[in-house]
Amino acid sequence: METVTMFSWSIDCLLAASLLWIAWCATAASDLFKAIVLFIAVGLIMVLIWIRLNAPDVALAEAAIGTGLTGALLLAVLKRLEPKAKTNS
Amino acid sequence: MEEEVFSGALDPADKPSLFTRYLLVVLLVTLTSWLVSVVLLLPDRNQGLSILVNEHLSLSGVRHPITAVLLNFRGYDTLLEMSVLLIALTGTWSLARPSERIEAEPGLILGFMVRLLIPLMIMVSGYLLWVGAHAPGGAFQAGSVLAASGVLLLLSGWRLSVRFVGWPLRTGLVLGLLVFIATGAAMLLIGNRFLEFPPSMAGNLILVIEATATVSIAITLTALFRGEQPDAKR
Amino acid sequence: MTPPVLYALTGMCLFGLGLYGLIIHNHLLRKIIALNIMGSGVFLVLVALAGRTLDTSPDPVPLAMVITGIVVTVSSTALALVLILRIQTAIGESRHRDQHLSKKTKA
Repeated sequence: METVTMFSWSIDCLLAASLLWIAWCATAASDLFKAIVLFIAVGLIMVLIWIRLNAPDVALAEAAIGTGLTGALLLAVLKRLEPKAKTNS
Repeated sequence: MEEEVFSGALDPADKPSLFTRYLLVVLLVTLTSWLVSVVLLLPDRNQGLSILVNEHLSLSGVRHPITAVLLNFRGYDTLLEMSVLLIALTGTWSLARPSERIEAEPGLILGFMVRLLIPLMIMVSGYLLWVGAHAPGGAFQAGSVLAASGVLLLLSGWRLSVRFVGWPLRTGLVLGLLVFIATGAAMLLIGNRFLEFPPSMAGNLILVIEATATVSIAITLTALFRGEQPDAKR
Repeated sequence: MTPPVLYALTGMCLFGLGLYGLIIHNHLLRKIIALNIMGSGVFLVLVALAGRTLDTSPDPVPLAMVITGIVVTVSSTALALVLILRIQTAIGESRHRDQHLSKKTKA
């Protein structure tokens, strides 16, 4: 039985709140490039949460393919869909 | 108007009315709160299947419970997952149109990073593959790091050399799945059921399966990133 | 409220958020992003509820399912992105508009 101290509780709340907030920003972003970058940020916070939940295998898999590869795929497709869009504004 | 088209934002012509939006939010909040109440009704402590796994861990051939579950106890799911990867690649190769070939030298930073990181990533992938038997790691993690190095290579302008396009590429893609199925079928020959590894051989069999699976997963994910089928004629 | 329950609730909210984004947007790339967020929410629920064991090591079976799920999500996202590219070639834009449905009924 682990005791939930104030410190670990605040870290959990901070991670959960920032995850939900950044996911909302990713959904409501005005720019597609911004949405994809925020989606990558969501994935990276999920990696921290996996580690917090004692699941390092899932964290490894999510960091490499869930976030990295999916983000790269999305950006590559964005470049092909709208080649004239400014992607580094 | 140009900004709207390029940004992917909600097109003003299609914007749902405020009533629709609020109705949607209300419905989703109802759904989410119902799901939340279901979660809150669950017991605080539940062992789940971890007792069963820990009891039979010594029979699985590896010491890490997740690797044991992935490759021994639920090996069939992993086999089907590797076939899902191949199916996605088949669909991608059928649908992708060849993009215009851009001959570009990688920039200074990308070129330096690629030269520095790719050997390290290959080493890390090999380590993750080996350590999956007794610590977090395994075939998927190793394969995904190798796939990341493949994506870096593709982004820096590397393309598969022409003599490997065709049968060598296809062999690399299906090798993991083939070895997995062959190993499982070989168990039928010695009297066990399909994919039932005897505890004495399980460790070595899992290592062989994981090694080939790592290479196959890496090649498949890199090919998925490339999109189009490599063509020897171009 | 233990940490597993907190993260399970977060996962549910993420699921609802993704579903909202899936319905409200009509650009297909945003729909794919919303679908991935929904999937991540479901994985969060699975892994959080796997952490309810009596010792610190979590239940390995849901974790293995989530690893499988992540790989399947990546491959289906890749296929969906190629489909988006073909849709862009076919109808000229990568949005799903309701007028397309009415065009079908007229034709």
